[in-house]
Amino acid sequence: MIGLTVVAALLATLPLLLILTLLLKQGASSLNVAFFTAMPKPVGEVGGGMANAMLGTVMLIGVASAIGLPFGIGAGLYLAEHKAEPLAAVVRFLSDVLNGLPSIVVGIFAWQFLVRPVKHFSALAGGIALGVMMIPLVTRTTEEMVRLVPDALREAALALGFSRWRTSLTVVLRTALSGIVTGALVAVARIAGETAPLLFTAFGNQFWSTSLTQPVSALPLQIFTYAISPYDEWHALAWAGALVLLALVLVVSLIAKFVTRPRFGSGSD
Amino acid sequence: MTAAVTMDLEAGTAPGGGVTGTGALTVENFSFWYGPTQALFDISIDLDPQAVTALIGPSGCGKSTFIRSINRMHDLLPGARGAGRILLDGEDVLDRGLDVVHLRQRVGMVFQRSNPFPKSIYDNVAWGPRLNRRPSRRELDDVVEHALRRAALWDEVKDRLRENATGLSGGQQQRLCIARALANEPEVLLLDEPCSALDPIATQRIEELLWELKKDLTIVIVTHNLQQAARVSDRTAFFYLGRLVEHGPTDQLFTAPREERTEAYITGRFG
Repeated sequence: MIGLTVVAALLATLPLLLILTLLLKQGASSLNVAFFTAMPKPVGEVGGGMANAMLGTVMLIGVASAIGLPFGIGAGLYLAEHKAEPLAAVVRFLSDVLNGLPSIVVGIFAWQFLVRPVKHFSALAGGIALGVMMIPLVTRTTEEMVRLVPDALREAALALGFSRWRTSLTVVLRTALSGIVTGALVAVARIAGETAPLLFTAFGNQFWSTSLTQPVSALPLQIFTYAISPYDEWHALAWAGALVLLALVLVVSLIAKFVTRPRFGSGSD
Repeated sequence: MTAAVTMDLEAGTAPGGGVTGTGALTVENFSFWYGPTQALFDISIDLDPQAVTALIGPSGCGKSTFIRSINRMHDLLPGARGAGRILLDGEDVLDRGLDVVHLRQRVGMVFQRSNPFPKSIYDNVAWGPRLNRRPSRRELDDVVEHALRRAALWDEVKDRLRENATGLSGGQQQRLCIARALANEPEVLLLDEPCSALDPIATQRIEELLWELKKDLTIVIVTHNLQQAARVSDRTAFFYLGRLVEHGPTDQLFTAPREERTEAYITGRFG
């Protein structure tokens, strides 16, 4: 029985190893400085990079975080600190449903309310769509982390004359902070690779654009566009882009792991 | 209402201290409910300043419920309510209009399990004054040192104030929690079984500390340890099934209890 679980555990990590091997084999050769600094070249020309897509991804993550973090952390704090209230049960359920919502649906939602009325695609619409996806992820991890804060600490703060919200904001939130930061980073890693919600919101852009009201490219969008194209040099760039995306997720996950490493041991240090 | 004791107090000489009253507590016909369950029945008792009052009684008799009512720790519990009056220097702490934040600064509390914040020793003690009084950096240093000295912890930690408080031993952590409460310059100190998780040496240090602290505080301590009650307290109150059975000077209660139930409990026949 134990042997079977070990095999299952190894098999569970196998896909990541296979993907990494494949991407390294196919994408590493196209990965050079120009990939990060140059703009896409027209069809037929060799070289070029994805600088615009990287900028787009950074912009989209920025907008998404501006929405996902405050709402997600606030909601998670509410759920953890008022766990018995009926409203909390409703919010928790709806948050889980939102978390399970197919990302394309979120994209359609953003298109309907943010793209259609202004009649053009925009980075803002894409970022908001990603932000909506972030909220339930951040809510859930925040709630779990805040619940881990011992009641004894809350009581200590209250007994020192702290109001309830001040206790939440200082003692509780600060104690849970490293866990919340990890949750936020994992959520960023998760949405950074989303393609579907961007298809008809951020849309993609072959040019350098820093405007939130204009369409922008993003790494996953560019990969998608290049991968379905009939050109070999674009395929190569798509592989490289996929490798960069994977590396990004790995790095963010590693940072998250670094942030949560235990700092306050029970022994003297 | 009659004030419990009127005596001259030389308290309030501490740096930054904003001590106003004497910390005299008078409880009049106090009852308490957790939802439909009544936990305390018609408690009336005076808790004297400059004295230690021990609350004894078997588990579940309402000692902790009572002590937590004094600084309104039940406020956040849905369905919890009290009736009667708990007067602190003549002011009813149960009054809905009372500033609970201010009350808890006047009435400090130390819990059964030491609960330092996962912060430095200095920050733990500075926590209350920093938010409640906004002192200058130098004032804060003085307040922290004074509080740690009063809690008999200064000599052990003065060279490691910036180290994490969770690295201290259990007994030190509990004294740190006392220092943290003292930094608010309270008039009353409530201790809810503060030594139940400590070894005899650490317990002894806390008991000695209480002897010092009672010079300018009203101290109320819940304890399961009858020897401890006999050692540290001036007056003892025996709770049973939510009622205050008997209270009086400690030596009298232990040597010549008036009530049969008190005698049965202190001689170990139940509880």
